[in-house]
Amino acid sequence: MNIALVGNQNCGKTTLFNQLTGSKQHIGNFPGVTVEQKSGYLLGNKDVTVVDLPGIYSLTPYSIEEIVTRDYIFNRKPDCIINIIDATNLERNLYLTIQLLEMEIPFVMALNMMDEVRLNGTSIDVKKLSEELGVPVVPISASKNEGVSELAEVALGRAKVKNSAYHDLCDGAVHKAVHSLAHLLEENAEKCGFPPKYTAIKVIENDKSIIDKLKLDERQLDIIGHIVEDMEIACDTDREAAIVDMRYDYIEALCAKVVLKKGQNVNQEKSMKLDRILTHKIWAIPIFLCVMLAVFFMSFSLVGKWLSDLLTLGIDWLTGVVDGALTSAGISEWLHSLLIDGVFNGVGSVLSFVPTIMVLFFLLSILEDSGYMARVAFVMDKLLRKIGLSGKSFVPMLIGFGCSVPGILAARTVSSERDRKMTVLLVPFMSCSAKLPIYSLITMAFFPRYQALVMLGVYVLSMVVGVLYGLLLKVTVFKGNPVPFVMELPNYRWPSLKTLLRNSWEKGKSFIRKAFTVIFVATLVIWFLQSVDTSFNFTSDSSVSILAEIGRFLSPVFAPLGLGDWRLTTSIITGLTAKEAVVSTLAVLFGVASESLSAVLSTAFSPLQGFCFLAFVVLYMPCVAAVAAVRKELGSGWKAVLAMFSQTVVAYLVTLIIYNVGTLFV
Amino acid sequence: MTLNELKIGQSCKITKVNGEGALRKRLLDMGLTPKTKVTLHKTAPMGDPIELLLRGYNLTIRKEEAARIEAEVIE
Repeated sequence: MNIALVGNQNCGKTTLFNQLTGSKQHIGNFPGVTVEQKSGYLLGNKDVTVVDLPGIYSLTPYSIEEIVTRDYIFNRKPDCIINIIDATNLERNLYLTIQLLEMEIPFVMALNMMDEVRLNGTSIDVKKLSEELGVPVVPISASKNEGVSELAEVALGRAKVKNSAYHDLCDGAVHKAVHSLAHLLEENAEKCGFPPKYTAIKVIENDKSIIDKLKLDERQLDIIGHIVEDMEIACDTDREAAIVDMRYDYIEALCAKVVLKKGQNVNQEKSMKLDRILTHKIWAIPIFLCVMLAVFFMSFSLVGKWLSDLLTLGIDWLTGVVDGALTSAGISEWLHSLLIDGVFNGVGSVLSFVPTIMVLFFLLSILEDSGYMARVAFVMDKLLRKIGLSGKSFVPMLIGFGCSVPGILAARTVSSERDRKMTVLLVPFMSCSAKLPIYSLITMAFFPRYQALVMLGVYVLSMVVGVLYGLLLKVTVFKGNPVPFVMELPNYRWPSLKTLLRNSWEKGKSFIRKAFTVIFVATLVIWFLQSVDTSFNFTSDSSVSILAEIGRFLSPVFAPLGLGDWRLTTSIITGLTAKEAVVSTLAVLFGVASESLSAVLSTAFSPLQGFCFLAFVVLYMPCVAAVAAVRKELGSGWKAVLAMFSQTVVAYLVTLIIYNVGTLFV
Repeated sequence: MTLNELKIGQSCKITKVNGEGALRKRLLDMGLTPKTKVTLHKTAPMGDPIELLLRGYNLTIRKEEAARIEAEVIE
């Protein structure tokens, strides 16, 4: 048996989902799209699956999230639907409820945030609401776990009901049109498995996806045209607005009946007071920067770093133990190197990143669940509009400066699929913190007096190229209308600890899974190429390895960029495992310790070459961990490969220009 | 007048929602329907988008979109 949760964004749907299900949940995508689908077992009842559908405001066929939800309801036919609504914001939340009623499917309404309603001094006649709508209504407070078990019981009982009767919402001209059309389209609707009155409403609304399925003939289309036209004249508005009007008119009348006493919305007033500071004309941006700085500091240097260092110590200890055991057991040199240099080193360096990612997501979930992220989108929207994105993409891109992986994963908070994919493609252009050792090495070697300035220049370069790339995407791959930025500013609320912990654990888990699959294989491949010479003999001299040969083979390709030295080329390749590897590879290949590397580099190359190396490294494709994240978010392997290839081509072209323009002046 | 011309704190009653397709439908779905009372609460620090109060909740839309919504000021 399965129960589906349907509701607006910010109505406490995820909190309810977490209360209903146990600790085990499955997070995946809906088939064919990258819209997240969460499911879990009902607490104490393994036979019942609970599915969390996307947070939506309406069931029009205009956004992927809405289509997915509608298809799920019609095709998968959940045994019961729980429609969760925010009782402090009845009017707008009921709009989706009305659309569920139109679909003539049985559901249960969970009237959430009843604790706040009481606090406000508002009084809602739950019994009357249930009678008027003809569905069971259970008052709950998901965050306080009040009424949740009762809700589950009612939902299980409701699952036995297969059909609900049509609920007449409209009167006047719309009513007349719905009835005539329902009669006219009865047979077509039946063939598609749609209820006739629902079909009529959708036809009036001009819902193309439903109209196409109905396979109407000329005569029917003609009659529809007449009926709709008559209705439009009688209502003095167009067909789409007429239906929306009808729904809201019904809701207004309903609210007048069931809301016995309307108190002050205390939480909304508090939120608006907070916003006097948080979205203040002058203070909003500085406050936002401080918040992000704190998040970065906590995850990349304080708590996250501390935990990561601790984990590194553990991994190093384990590596030492295994290393010693292998040596004393007299295991062959190549197997020893495979395990220690390949497996432990590769996977270990990625795993040590897990705490940072978990802390980062814990903090980001606080920002998201408290309602602050919506304010960030509000404040920053204007900046991103030019490249066809909205303010919602700002935070993921900002996180990209710390690490691309969480930045890409954070794109999940962007609610439209188009914007999310575009954000995923742009995040790798933000220069991640793992590239810092490369910057400090190169600037120290070539620009000792202007280190900070050159570093700033590199950041600016990456952002400018990112913006240009965004503009290019906007007119090519993501052509067409951007998704409208019409966003609710929810009231501030305390996030639930359970949800926060779950969220950060989920992100950590998915990263660990990746570390042992994609990243594991990639590090092994690089290890193999680095440790074996062209006649496949094991070698500890990396300058004769296959990788070095590949570097030599590819170096002519990089020669036009001033990067024709095979050692530079090789380090660019090893940078694919992790950007930190660039510096260590250079040190190994130049045969010097990392401390004296900058001196060696400064004699071997010109400052222009040094800058070109920086430019290429900041722009080219990210490490395998980030590629794995991109692949997951784009939902397709070859699209991820294409994205990485394009980014590398962009890096190549930009560096080519810099080198050639540079040689004119130097 | 249109919604983008409202002054902060000013309220109005929507008379018509122009435009077409997904965007118009989204505006209507979110409750920006004719006869609805809307108050301009504030504008973002960079001057755009704007924050509206309607049907007891806070909604933000861009000025570009607000310009499609016709309204009469309520004195």
